[in-house]
Parts: sequence; C-alpha cells; structure tokens
Amino acid sequence: MPFSSLSDLKTRLDAGETTAVELAQRYLDRIDAHNGDLNAFVDVDHQHILDQAKASDAHRAKHGARPLEGLPIAVKDIFCTQDGPTTCCSKILKGFHAPYDAHVITRLKNAGAILVGKTNMDEFAMGSSTETSAFGACRNPWDVERIPGGSSGGSASAVAGGLVPAALGTDTGGSIRQPAAVCGITGLKPTYGRVSRRGIIAFASSLDQAGPMTRTVKDTAMISAILCGHDSGDSTSVVDAPEIDWLAACESVDMKGLRIGKPKEYFVDGMDAGVRAVVEAALAKCVELGAEIVDISLPHTKYAVAAYYVIAPSEASANLSRYDGVRFGQRCDKPEDLVDMYTRSRDEGFGSEVKRRILTGTFALSSGYYDAYYLKAQQVRTLIRQDFLDAFEQVDIIATPTSPIPAFKIGEKTDDPITMYLSDIFTIALNLAGLPGMSQPCGFVDNLPVGLQWIAPAWREDALLSAASAYEGATDWTTKSPAAFDGNTAGGES
Amino acid sequence: MSWETVIGLEVHVQVNSKTKAFCGCSTAFGAEPNTQTCPVCLGMPGQLPVLNIEVARKSVLTGLAINATINLESKFDRKNYFYPDLPKGYQISQFPLPIVEGGYLDIPVPDGEKRIGVTRIHIEEDAGKSMHEGLEGVSHIDLNRSGVPLMEIVSEPDMRSADEAVAYLKQLHQLVRFLDVSGADMEKGQFRCDANVSVRRFGEELGTRAELKNLNSFRFIKQAIDYEVARQIELIEDGGEVVQETRLFDSAKGESRSMRSKEEAHDYRYFPEPDLPPLRISQQEVDAIRAGMPELPGQLRERFESEFSLSSYDADVLSQTRELAAWYETLVAAHPADPKRCANWMANELLGRLKEQGKDIADSPVSAQDLAGLLDRIADNTISGKIAKDVLDAMMATGVSADAVIESKGLKQVSDSGEIDTLILQIMVDNPDQLEQFRAGKDKLFGFFVGQVMKASKGQANPGMVNQRLKDLLKG
Repeated sequence: MPFSSLSDLKTRLDAGETTAVELAQRYLDRIDAHNGDLNAFVDVDHQHILDQAKASDAHRAKHGARPLEGLPIAVKDIFCTQDGPTTCCSKILKGFHAPYDAHVITRLKNAGAILVGKTNMDEFAMGSSTETSAFGACRNPWDVERIPGGSSGGSASAVAGGLVPAALGTDTGGSIRQPAAVCGITGLKPTYGRVSRRGIIAFASSLDQAGPMTRTVKDTAMISAILCGHDSGDSTSVVDAPEIDWLAACESVDMKGLRIGKPKEYFVDGMDAGVRAVVEAALAKCVELGAEIVDISLPHTKYAVAAYYVIAPSEASANLSRYDGVRFGQRCDKPEDLVDMYTRSRDEGFGSEVKRRILTGTFALSSGYYDAYYLKAQQVRTLIRQDFLDAFEQVDIIATPTSPIPAFKIGEKTDDPITMYLSDIFTIALNLAGLPGMSQPCGFVDNLPVGLQWIAPAWREDALLSAASAYEGATDWTTKSPAAFDGNTAGGES
Repeated sequence: MSWETVIGLEVHVQVNSKTKAFCGCSTAFGAEPNTQTCPVCLGMPGQLPVLNIEVARKSVLTGLAINATINLESKFDRKNYFYPDLPKGYQISQFPLPIVEGGYLDIPVPDGEKRIGVTRIHIEEDAGKSMHEGLEGVSHIDLNRSGVPLMEIVSEPDMRSADEAVAYLKQLHQLVRFLDVSGADMEKGQFRCDANVSVRRFGEELGTRAELKNLNSFRFIKQAIDYEVARQIELIEDGGEVVQETRLFDSAKGESRSMRSKEEAHDYRYFPEPDLPPLRISQQEVDAIRAGMPELPGQLRERFESEFSLSSYDADVLSQTRELAAWYETLVAAHPADPKRCANWMANELLGRLKEQGKDIADSPVSAQDLAGLLDRIADNTISGKIAKDVLDAMMATGVSADAVIESKGLKQVSDSGEIDTLILQIMVDNPDQLEQFRAGKDKLFGFFVGQVMKASKGQANPGMVNQRLKDLLKG
C-alpha cells in the first residue's frame, strides 16, 4: 500500500474497499515510522488530518465523490495554509500562520483532497539539496546519506519513501524536476501562467510555478487537472490558456511519428557517465516505441545558469524585503533603533544561502551595475526562449537528462555554491523560457534513481504526458520502491 | 547681480477610486488605523497585486486633458527601499515607461499665459503612515493608506518664480478636480507637492538643485520656494556652493533643513515588477475616455461668455469648479430669461453670503431652483431687487422658498397705480416747500420725492411706476 499510486487509491476508495479515514491513518503511521529517518515533513497535525478524512468520507456518502475525494496529498512548506504554520523552512517566518490558503490549496480542498502537512524544503526554495532548511537536511529514501534534491526535496522524499502518495512542489529553476529525478518519482512544472502563484511564498516571481510530484504520469495528470486554471487574483495567471484534457493525454501507448529533439548541449563531457548511459538507453526505448530522435542544438544553454543566477536573486532580493521584523515573523530582541531592528532581525532570520542570494540580487540591481547584469541577463533570457522556439520548428518535444548527476551525499557540496548551482544546469533554461517540463524515472546508477526530462512548447503539457505515459507503459521504473522503506528494490550504494 | 530661479514640480495626486491601486480595500479617509487593510496591502507572504483599472483610466483622462501622449503599453516597476510603513519593502511604481508622457498646462501670468511642460504622469501606490509623536520608545504604523493609488505628475523645470509655481499648482489642482480624478484635498494629503529649485545667473547653465519636500499648502509652497531661492543666492554670493540635497520645509519656522545629501540618497534599484504584466490600453478605450471628457475650466469660461454674454469676471468665478458651473447651469435652466441676472445673483449675492458662512456651493441652504424662484419674482415685478436681497437673507436662514418669504412678510411689491397715486399725493401734501421749489424748476428734487414715496411704501412700491406717476403728478 505505501507505494500505491493515487489513481489506484482512488479506485479503491470509489469501490468502497477503503475509506479516507483508513488511508489517512495508514499514511500517518508511515510518517510516524519513517519521518525520523527522512525529515521529509516539517509539520503534521494528526488530528486535523483525521478530521479532514472524516469530513471527506461524509461528503462522499452524502454528495458523492469529488475528483480527489479522500486522497492524501502533502504540500511543500512554501504554500500558505490557514491550518498550521507556513514558514518556507526559514527561521524568519518562525511561528507565522497565514490567514489565507494559497489559491491552489483552495482548489485541492474543493476537489476533496486531504492535506497531509507541510514538507521540508531549502529555505525560501533556494537550493538543490534541501540542506538549507531551518528544520535540518531532508534525506533521500534510496540512500539516507544522500540528498533528496531540492528545493522540493521534502515532497520528493515523502512520495518516494511511501509516506504520502503525492505532493505539491514549486519549481523556479528545477525544484520539482530535479528532486523528482533523484528520488525516482514523476514531477511536472507547468507552463508559466498555467497555475496561480497567489498564496505561494515568492522566490523569483517571473520563474516560480507550482506542480505535482507523484508516483505515476496519470497521478500527475489527475492533480494537474485540479491545480491548473485562471485565477483573477494573480495577474500573471493566463486568462485564455489553451485547455488540456489531462487524463486523455495519458492514454498514449506508443510514440509513433513523434520527433524527439536531443540537444547536444545536454549530453556533454563532464556529466555523470552513468546518468548519460541511462538516458541514452531511455531514448533508445523511445525509438523502439516509434519515435524519431533528432539531434538539435540549443546554443545559448551555456548562459542559462549565469542568467538565472542574476534574474532569480534580483527578484528574490525584492521579494524578501517584506521579512523585516515589522509585521510578522522573526524580530530581534531589544532593537536599539530601526536600522538595528532591520539588520539583526534579518541577520538572525535568514540562512547563509538566502543571504548570499539577497546580496547577489541587490548588487545586480544596483545603480551602475543594472545594465551589465540584470539587463544583460534579460537579453540572454530572450535568446534562450528563441532557442526553444527554433528547436520546436524541427521537433515535437525535447528529451534530456533531468540532473547531470544522481543524488550526492549530504554535506558534499554545501561549501561550494557554484558546483551546487550546476545541479540545475539542465532544468533552468526552460524556467527562463517559461516552458513546461517534466521528469520521470528512467533507471538507476549504482542503485540511485535517474530522471528523464521532457520539454514541450508552451501550453503543451499534453505532449509531455503522452510521451511520458508511453515510456512509462513500456518500462517498469515507476513500480520500483526503496527496500529500506519496505519497498521492492535495493537502494543505496550496495 | 540678477538671478533667475528655475523650478520643476513633482505632484502626487491621490486618484479618487473607491478601492486601492492593487487590492480591494477602501480608500476612505479617516478610518480607525489598520481597518482598511488586507493581506495584499499588508505585504503578507505570497500575496499578489491586481491593478485597479479605474486608476489607469483616470490617469489616461488626466493625460488627455494636458494634451499628452498616452502610452498604449506602459510598465510597472519596483522601487526598493526599507521603511516600516512600506510593507513590501518596495513600492510599485512606473519608471522607464509611464502611462502618460509629454503634455503641458497653460498657466495665467501677469502678462497673459505661459506654457509649462509636463514631463510625465505615472501610476504608483502610496505608503502607510508612521506615527512617532507622543509615543515613548515605540512607533505606530497605520497601513490604511498603504496601496492607495497616486498619480505622480512631473513638470519640466519651466517655472521661473514661486508665483508661477503656485499658479501651475492651482491650475493643476483645478484640473484634477474638474476631471473628477481626485478630491485633491490638500489637508488630507490628496495633493502633495515636492519642488526642485535652483538659481542661476541669467544666461548660464542650470544650477545645482535642491529638492523641497513636504509642501502641503499653496502658501507654504510659496514660502518654501522664496526661502530656498534666497538661501541659494546668499550661499553663492558669499562664495559658497549649492549642494544637491533633499530639504524638508518646516512650516512653523518658515525655513527648511537638510534631510539627506546626494551621497545619502537612496539607490532605489528599480526593476520591472514581475507580478504585473505590461499595462495595455487600446486606442478605442483611449478614444472612449476622450469622448467622456468633461468641459474644462477654460472651455466653460469661454462658453459662459459667448452663450450667456457674461462678463469675463463672472464667467471666471462660475467656472472655478465643476460644482459651481453645474449649479449655475441648473439656475439658468430654471430661470432662462436672464442668464446675466442669474450670474450676477449667484456670483455676488449667493456666493458672498456662503463665503461669510464658510460654506461651499454644495452646502448652500438655497437650491438653484429656489434662487430661480426669487429671480422670477424680480422679473415679474413682485419685488424689487433691493427687497430681493432681504428675501435671500431670509431664504438663507430658513431654507424656505422666495414666495413663502414674500408671502409671510408681506413684501409683495405695490404696482397698483391707485395705491401709488395715494402715496404720492400724501407726500406732496406733507412737503409743500419742496413741491413749490420743484415746480419752480429745481429738478434735482425729483429724487427726494422718489425716496419719500419708497420710504412711505416700506420699499414695496414698484420703483418704475413710482417714477412714472411722480412725473405726471408733480407737474400739477
């Protein structure tokens, strides 16, 4: 049961074989048993979860089932919820209780989902390893000495470890796809503007997008169908985004006629040879399924990380100004004056990676440097977007590795931010371009999961789901689960 | 040595929308602190702005009224600085691409009119209010004003004296009220001015400017600029240099002091606001806004002069505000026979009385219909103009109609020739000496008889008839 897909659980609930309360209790037992090892959850309110489940069973009995009726879903601690604290895993938001739900939380609730608590993450989503969390590092269920990726590492670890069947993450530069890849699950970053950002704590507003992290492609579709849609409270939420039949897109069983672009910039020397071999093998499988592999080039890829690490920190430097000790969250003891209150509250409240990015962003926007950094980065962004537009003239979809390396060891890269930033080298470009991307498991290197990333044109999440479900149907990677957590597959460096 | 003053003005005009610029909170003035706030204008985590389109429309209307270019696509930016009454740590504003650019205002100057360039109008949100007075060791913050919509209207440095600056501000103040885009109540901070002032010897390059902040009345603006000009001239003549700085005017002392120097100036780190897409307005919308443009003061004044043959003085008085002009037109509609009489009575009698009572036309106890009723009674000779002034006093005091006052006080004019003849004959009997002198050719005494008859009638005799009958009867 712990590794059941969301759609299997739905079938059993609909058939009356189990109840929301029973499911909630079983996942709570899993959390109680294993969260100590994984540190995937930072807040779990047992009674509140059981209360939701009871209400859900009552709703089912009285009015019938809503699309996600009774299904347990965890959310990253970046989503504001009226119930319980919301801290973005930062000390500066210690004790903060939002008086509102994020728009997507409302959508999940209205669809009947049971919210199972808040998952661990890098502080303010700044990181690729979930080591910068104020609650301590989260661990990868395939090898608890290793990172679960980040920043949505808690959500990935919880799903991969069977502590919850599905979770929400957010993705600014790969924060859904990279942890999904290194934890061996499926994750979708929708097109920018597809999902409302209202009530999601902002990191980099022009890049952030929420999405599902699940065990299967169909589960991703089930949740996407609920998450996506216009919200008049978010001016960047697109009004007339093309509609998608999410579940129908998952019925694809082959790839006949599909032209898959293989960008040479994503298969390079220096990446992990094992990862490369696994992804090459996955592409070979796609050819078996009828796809054609087309070698393409995305020539400005090499500038993506640099542009991202100007744009994202610039936006973050302003987005994080509101954490000033004045109205909520951390305020230092006995400030001498206003400046002392600001500097000490922020110094005590923010961790070092967050400070690094605030400083970087503040510098990049400063008078005299703006043109050389921020403006130049925006120009690069335009070129990267154009790269993809050009590529999609030739191909239907693009396939790449999600991460250049499998999960590394906790503490291995914490002193070297630049190497850490390179973990996102394959995921960042499509955030800059606003495109949808997805990661799905495609094999193992030394018993550590490897992810296959799909990239589609804007608003073509259906193309991602179709390709991914055809691949998923022809392989058995999604059936794997870590033996150390009662799963069926050996994990770690055995 | 003669000096030239150079002044440019930045005016923050509060847009009179019902709700704030980027959330649904009320903009009403004077509520209990922090009662008109929501997670958006409190800068809570994850909250996002949504533009109140009314603010954009009113900015476009203002731009059209100053003959400016309307940018069909404009952009929002973040202006970053830390202050406790700025909840997000940045203000949403417009920097490189504002909604309105390049217009002008013609202002009255002693020898005619002068054109003052308007560089731009941009939309921004107001900050909250910090309160320190009377508090020990703490400050209080009221965020009711946080997110209230403003238009910042920036002029070219085209003004050459404090008087021109005040004339520009008065013209702008009148304009935004006419357009109904702002209440522009200076006491409520709805019309706030910063002045950039420099001096130079005639013909020289622009001097270094100082920015004067916190100028909250026309009087203070003149005082502050005059003070600053004198300060700068004295400084230079004593061999010193003006430094670029921001100065705060202290109206109580009538002087300004340095607030921060150029070196201490904020680096606002403007960058595009990623939470708001570019603001796009179609040409059709702009045309529709233009079609709804109300008559502006100058146009009204001209129309009043030509259509109603008013003196330029009366036309000017009655076109000062939209409310006055509308009141006048209602009055003329109710008393169409004599628009000049309407203007005369409204401008001189009614407004004079209201001014004495410290009231606006909106608070007038006499309605336009009631004033028209009074003018009708003058026109039909029921009462004389002189009696009418007493009737108006009574109407002001009681709020009742002219007819009711005339009736209750018995003020109806006597136009019966028999009655008037009786009065005249009695006066002739009572004043035999004067009658004899008049008949002997002393024509001046005619006025004496008119006065006596009017007095005897308590002013109610029809003066025209009194004149006519006296001419006949005095001849003998």
